Amino acid sequence: MVIKSVNWMAGGPQGSGVDTAANIFGRACGYGGLWVFGRREYHSNIKGLHSYFHLRMSKDEILANINDVDLLAAFDAETVVRHLTEVVPNGGIIVDAKEMDTKVLGIPTLPPEFKVEIRKFMEENGVGETVSDWLDFAKKSNVQVFPVPYTKLLNEIGQKLGIEKISKITRMINVLTIGVSFALFKFDRELAEKAVRVTFAEKGKIAEMNVTALNYAYSYAEETFQDPFKHRLEKLPLSEERVFLTGNQAVAMGKVLGGCRVQTYYPITPAADESEYLEAHEILKTSGEDESVLVIQTEDEIAAINSASGACLAGARAATSTSGPGFSLMVEGLSWAGNNEVPVVVTYYQRGAPATGLPTRQGQGDLRFVMHAGHGEFPRVVLASGDIKECFYDAAKVFNYAEKYQVPAIHLLDKAMANCSQTFPVFDYGKFKIDRGQILAENDLDGKEYRRFQFTETGVSPRVFLGTKNTLNWYTGDEHNETGHISEEPLNRRLMMEKRMKKLDLIKKETPMEDKFALFGDLNSENIVVSWGSPKGAIREALNMLKEEGLSAGFLQARMLVPFPAEDIRKVLQGKKRVIDIEHNYCGQLGEVVKEQTGIAPNFHILKYTGRPMTATEVHSALKHILTDKAAENERQVLMFGS
Amino acid sequence: MARKPSDFKVADVYADWCPGCGDFGIMNGLQMAFADLGLEPHQIVLVSGIGCSGKEPHNVKCYGVHTLHGRTLPFAMGIKAANPNLEVVAIGGDGDGLGIGAGHFVNAGRRDLDMTYIIHNNGVYGLTKGQASPTLRRDVQTKALPRPNINDPVNPIGLALISGFTFAARSYAHDVRHLRDTIKQGVQHKGMAFIECLQPCPSYNNITTKAWYSGEDRKDAQGKPQSRLYKLDEAGFDPVVKDWSEDFKRKVAALEKAQEWGDRIPIGVFYKNELEPTFQERYSKRIPFYISKPPAKQKLCDDNGYSHVDLTQFLEELKTS
Repeated sequence: MVIKSVNWMAGGPQGSGVDTAANIFGRACGYGGLWVFGRREYHSNIKGLHSYFHLRMSKDEILANINDVDLLAAFDAETVVRHLTEVVPNGGIIVDAKEMDTKVLGIPTLPPEFKVEIRKFMEENGVGETVSDWLDFAKKSNVQVFPVPYTKLLNEIGQKLGIEKISKITRMINVLTIGVSFALFKFDRELAEKAVRVTFAEKGKIAEMNVTALNYAYSYAEETFQDPFKHRLEKLPLSEERVFLTGNQAVAMGKVLGGCRVQTYYPITPAADESEYLEAHEILKTSGEDESVLVIQTEDEIAAINSASGACLAGARAATSTSGPGFSLMVEGLSWAGNNEVPVVVTYYQRGAPATGLPTRQGQGDLRFVMHAGHGEFPRVVLASGDIKECFYDAAKVFNYAEKYQVPAIHLLDKAMANCSQTFPVFDYGKFKIDRGQILAENDLDGKEYRRFQFTETGVSPRVFLGTKNTLNWYTGDEHNETGHISEEPLNRRLMMEKRMKKLDLIKKETPMEDKFALFGDLNSENIVVSWGSPKGAIREALNMLKEEGLSAGFLQARMLVPFPAEDIRKVLQGKKRVIDIEHNYCGQLGEVVKEQTGIAPNFHILKYTGRPMTATEVHSALKHILTDKAAENERQVLMFGS
Repeated sequence: MARKPSDFKVADVYADWCPGCGDFGIMNGLQMAFADLGLEPHQIVLVSGIGCSGKEPHNVKCYGVHTLHGRTLPFAMGIKAANPNLEVVAIGGDGDGLGIGAGHFVNAGRRDLDMTYIIHNNGVYGLTKGQASPTLRRDVQTKALPRPNINDPVNPIGLALISGFTFAARSYAHDVRHLRDTIKQGVQHKGMAFIECLQPCPSYNNITTKAWYSGEDRKDAQGKPQSRLYKLDEAGFDPVVKDWSEDFKRKVAALEKAQEWGDRIPIGVFYKNELEPTFQERYSKRIPFYISKPPAKQKLCDDNGYSHVDLTQFLEELKTS
């Protein structure tokens, strides 16, 4: 089924309330029974540089974002310049009336390399130098322009509220934009009011000020813009309980469900939001008694992973949360955890790399790194989520993998998932089971000999937490004997290596298929897409669009990347004419792993490394290019959409 | 039950330090202190870093965690934070704690977990064959150095004081009784205790040797060596902050004492302040059940294994209905 949606975008300088606007807008639509999917883009900057939020609304569940913008709410001139061509024919642009004469090339926040593109665009399309000229160009495609005199409106609202200094309420431009947008969409005003009140619930008077502003702008737009806007947002009866949440929030909730009781972190984008959210909810309610999650902001990521490992040894389920640069610092600690069979969990949000890279942007360039990080050989689990539901359940599940097999486990995510906001049915989490693996307590040990690293059939030996009476044991980063003391003996080394490494076979054997990979689309087709992580949604939606056009492909979404279910994946890919690898990196890293492990090499690649997430629109056209035989074998298509 | 130091001896591990190594003294000091404190082996977690000092836990009978170079404090912090009822003692070398792990040292002071940190200070990296450690003084050339040391030393006591450790003391590996008493005081201190333990390295530090500390080179008229070490308490030094109004004065006095080196080297307690709330106390204000039900002791699920967390508090804020 092809999803029909209404698409709204708000853009403006960082710090001007774009995020808040999108939150209010999304919530209001959620209250109206609509499905919402939001994509947040921002610079690594506090104030001034361009940020935007794309929100997609539909009566059906939305899987991904798309290119189209039906209504663009521009807080500033740069937003017009950046997104003008994304507005669909018959769409609309809300613009600050005072920006009409602004000269586009004079916008101070535009980087020189972008100005080159702008000049080219102006030359090729005969577009003049002012915002007004650009809007005239859009009008040729029947785009409606809605100039709003924000300053005048703020003055009037200020008078109404008895506020003399307009500078105190300029932040409310974002709410004015929402008022105008909802008026144009003819959306229920009360739902918008409710969303404003909930968003500013903890800010007292400010909530009512914003409601006033919202209504003022709504009425202004109703009276001023007589020519009806061609897109509508209609509320629907809500048939189920839903939440409007981000990936970071889904992961945080999944973690506490999974028993995470210690979370360490060092501030880094886009992971820190998760830890802060956990800390804000540190006292947990359980069906019996109060429990808590202790969140520790450490001095660096080295301390973060090692103190999480320490907490695991003491008996807590513990995790740390980071992105690429932080994980780079954690690698030695990961190796220690591997050697000592510590079930530490790392939640890893990839972003554009290498080095600082694109710190606030999307990337999937760390797959190979995560699979191999750490000196020496040791078992680990790497589980990659592809959507918000998986973010939640995998965040819980990964602790079971870690503790049951006594291995460090990495939950692999990315920025696109972390920062997307979407509506989703309330998680039915009551059936989630915790499996802590083999743990011995004081009573189990009385009078018995215990060795922490005892050689066993499966390689898993029972754990005892630090402080347990009736025994003692040691841990060391050196190779060790069964009691945990240093040993460099060749036979012990061989046995200890084999004890640890054979756990990989056990994990492979016991992992249910649903955690190894997910399958979608037409699996009988001669075409199959392989991918992992956040492109999942765009691929699924693209396949639906292709199906309506009579083109078919299957889709294998890899989930467990270590241990890699090579044999199972080989069976799915075997005999396919086209194996199409889709990823957010340059090398096609999953494609490489598939080739290495299964002997089947993907023969088409759709890659994106601009730092912006793939849209269903562009994945659809890239796949169509391949499925209609327009692509040469082994062709690499590099996707470019997004500002 | 009264404990003996021998209760903390490990039977089947050979202590592989060089003959005459100060690590033996520190091992004895730990065992004696634990016995005197009446602790049971399973209540103690001894955490170490890398280097000769890192091997201490293997030779003391209690839970032992031998970690990574420089990371003894992060591991110890995680253990103590997850289960504050454990007696956690972290140890490490001077390179471990003041070179590669210096950032953790400073931040451990800020955090003020109620545990003890002992640095073995011998001026060299022994296990890698005698390179200069961060405490080796400028222009000194210990025997494995190809050139005299070009850097100035860090002052461990001084750094502890300005980093917020609420207890700072120094002892000497070859005065085991003093060391035992100092460790006992550190463990009993409410807050983050730092102990610098001076320690000769018989293999690589031919400058600050046992003979140098005991003053073999400076004998009095009767031919008796004049030890370079003197005890702060015997010199009438009072390190204890009894009221916040005297905190600054005590800290400055301790810093001043920490500058002494050469012919007169103070050992003993430089500074002690139990007025500062520990991490455990601060956190208990937010989580009243933190000590009685710390993260490591929480149940997570019901008897059938179903996670017993109620996510309502999260979901209510996010609901669209």
